[in-house]
Amino acid sequence: MDISILLIQSLNAFQYGLLLFLVASGLTLIFGIMGIINLAHGSFYMIGAYMAFALGPVVDRWLGGGFLATLAVCVLAAGVLGYVLEAAFFSYLYKRNHLQQVLMTYGLILVFEELRSILVGNDVHGVPLPSWLQGSIALGDVMTYPVYRLFISAVGIAVALLLYWIISRTRLGMMLRAGASNREMISSLGIDINKLYRVVFAAGVALAALAGSIAAPVSSVYPGMGNGVLIICFVVVVIGGIGSIRGAFLAAMLVGFAETFGQVLFPSAAGVLVYLLMAFILLCKPEGLFKQG
Amino acid sequence: MRTPLLNRLLPFAALLALAAFSFSGSDYYTGLVVKIMIYAIFALSLQLLVGGAGLVSLGHAAFFGIGAYVAALLSPESEAAGLWWLLPAALLAAAAYALVTGALALRTRGVYFIMVTLAFSQMAYYVFHDTKIGGGSDGIYLYFRPELSLGGWMPFDLSNGTTFYFFVLACLALAWGFLALLRRSPFGAALAGIRINEQRMRAAGYSTYPYKLAAYVIGATLAGLAGFLFALKDGFVTPELLAWEQSGLVLLMVILGGMGSLGGAVLGTVTMVLLQELFQSQELFGDYARHWHLPLGLAIIALVALLPNGLAGLPAQWRERRHARTADASRKAARDVITPARAQGTAPASRLPIQGERHV
Repeated sequence: MDISILLIQSLNAFQYGLLLFLVASGLTLIFGIMGIINLAHGSFYMIGAYMAFALGPVVDRWLGGGFLATLAVCVLAAGVLGYVLEAAFFSYLYKRNHLQQVLMTYGLILVFEELRSILVGNDVHGVPLPSWLQGSIALGDVMTYPVYRLFISAVGIAVALLLYWIISRTRLGMMLRAGASNREMISSLGIDINKLYRVVFAAGVALAALAGSIAAPVSSVYPGMGNGVLIICFVVVVIGGIGSIRGAFLAAMLVGFAETFGQVLFPSAAGVLVYLLMAFILLCKPEGLFKQG
Repeated sequence: MRTPLLNRLLPFAALLALAAFSFSGSDYYTGLVVKIMIYAIFALSLQLLVGGAGLVSLGHAAFFGIGAYVAALLSPESEAAGLWWLLPAALLAAAAYALVTGALALRTRGVYFIMVTLAFSQMAYYVFHDTKIGGGSDGIYLYFRPELSLGGWMPFDLSNGTTFYFFVLACLALAWGFLALLRRSPFGAALAGIRINEQRMRAAGYSTYPYKLAAYVIGATLAGLAGFLFALKDGFVTPELLAWEQSGLVLLMVILGGMGSLGGAVLGTVTMVLLQELFQSQELFGDYARHWHLPLGLAIIALVALLPNGLAGLPAQWRERRHARTADASRKAARDVITPARAQGTAPASRLPIQGERHV
């Protein structure tokens, strides 16, 4: 393999891994702290992507435009959506069986997909790249690498650092860590667990929507785009250890590299590779790479 | 408060009703009932794992798909295969895959078990999807239903629609009977013990791993049977039969119906398939039938909100409410008498291991 191809594929794998991390970090927090197996998380990714598609022109018209403004609007709207959803649906289910929650989030997937089909239709749409991120930079003599993919990586790294800071340095992060290791205990220590849940859920939805909206110009938006992401993100969460942001980051990188290089090296077995990795890791470490959050 | 006689008679009444239904004459409805019966076998097989042993699997479709693929792959293109070897081959293939993957997957528990079973079923999915074994993503046709011939004499001919209907019905009845016996056997009791408290079972001297593995293999074999019948029904097998959506669907049927009871699995199947058919019906909803996922999703959410113990838990739920109400009334009538509001007859909601377990 050529060294420049190796470099480009590594950059791709890195960028894909960071994108997975954005979705999986929210999923692992919701899973680890709230104990909810949220199948609808892929839908939030889809919603983010479709918001980037649908809100782009609107933002251009009313706020003077700009890709970053669109992203901000998407993330804010998704956060509000998450907050409302938690209050409207999830808050009633904490005392129920986990599998009942699975069933309800499955119902939500159907509703979101169908609303998407009613509102936007079933066509594949492209989302235009912002002009200042078009173009590509040269790598070596013949290869080039698109600037936008570097932008995605940069956003991913920024969010990862921000999450790291929040979780390890702030009071909210302290509550999150405590909540991930013992839910009952922190509520008995006087922390408003319902409020914490709502914030976590809204943040998770916002992260998934951010991932969707920055991925939209590369992947375009299409029906069912959330489902593929959902399963691969569950793989990431479980490999990393449920509730662990650090684990999710490492696992997202592993999965990103396994899938990207799998497609280059063994195209016919690329699909199996990620699951093989997960089975192998779970058989060696039955509770994921990082057991504690 | 229980009505054991009624509960015991219900399956037989359903059996008779299903047998009588084959004479309704409508191809559409008998086809629909065959589909429901096949999925009911599939859901029953998962109920053994979920409701029986507390093993929540999100990879059950792998065995369904393997049963279907073996039926399609081993059938010759120009003539009918022998049922006497094709069916055991399909069941054995599903059981073998379950034995290997189950032996590994059962090292994990709870949510991690869900994900490992998913991983193994996705592997099987990609084997059929990405390689040319079964025609890749296009799938494969099964041209002739297998036939049973004993020295030239054919007791029944599956290519006949009515015969096939009764064959599926017989399989469903046998699967139900087998699982009902299994529940009452010491093996079933051990599984229930594992579901409720595995640690205590181990302390009581049970080696739980072989029990769980046996349950896993038996459940997979029954799922293989359902897949085999499904391949025969449509004569067409695609990798989508192994996809995680299929595993999710059958798990939803079990949850919707109510975990733990055989009737719940069947009830959940019937409800799910009928809801799908209902919301897809052009006559009722006209143009809106295109968006049938929306009412289906809303219906699922509403069912979850209203039925904490699934459809099968509905009578107990009503009883509890009635008891609470009568207790309320009697408390009002005689204020000095304190009546416990909780009904005695209500079964506690079945608990799964992942419920009490911490996730991290």
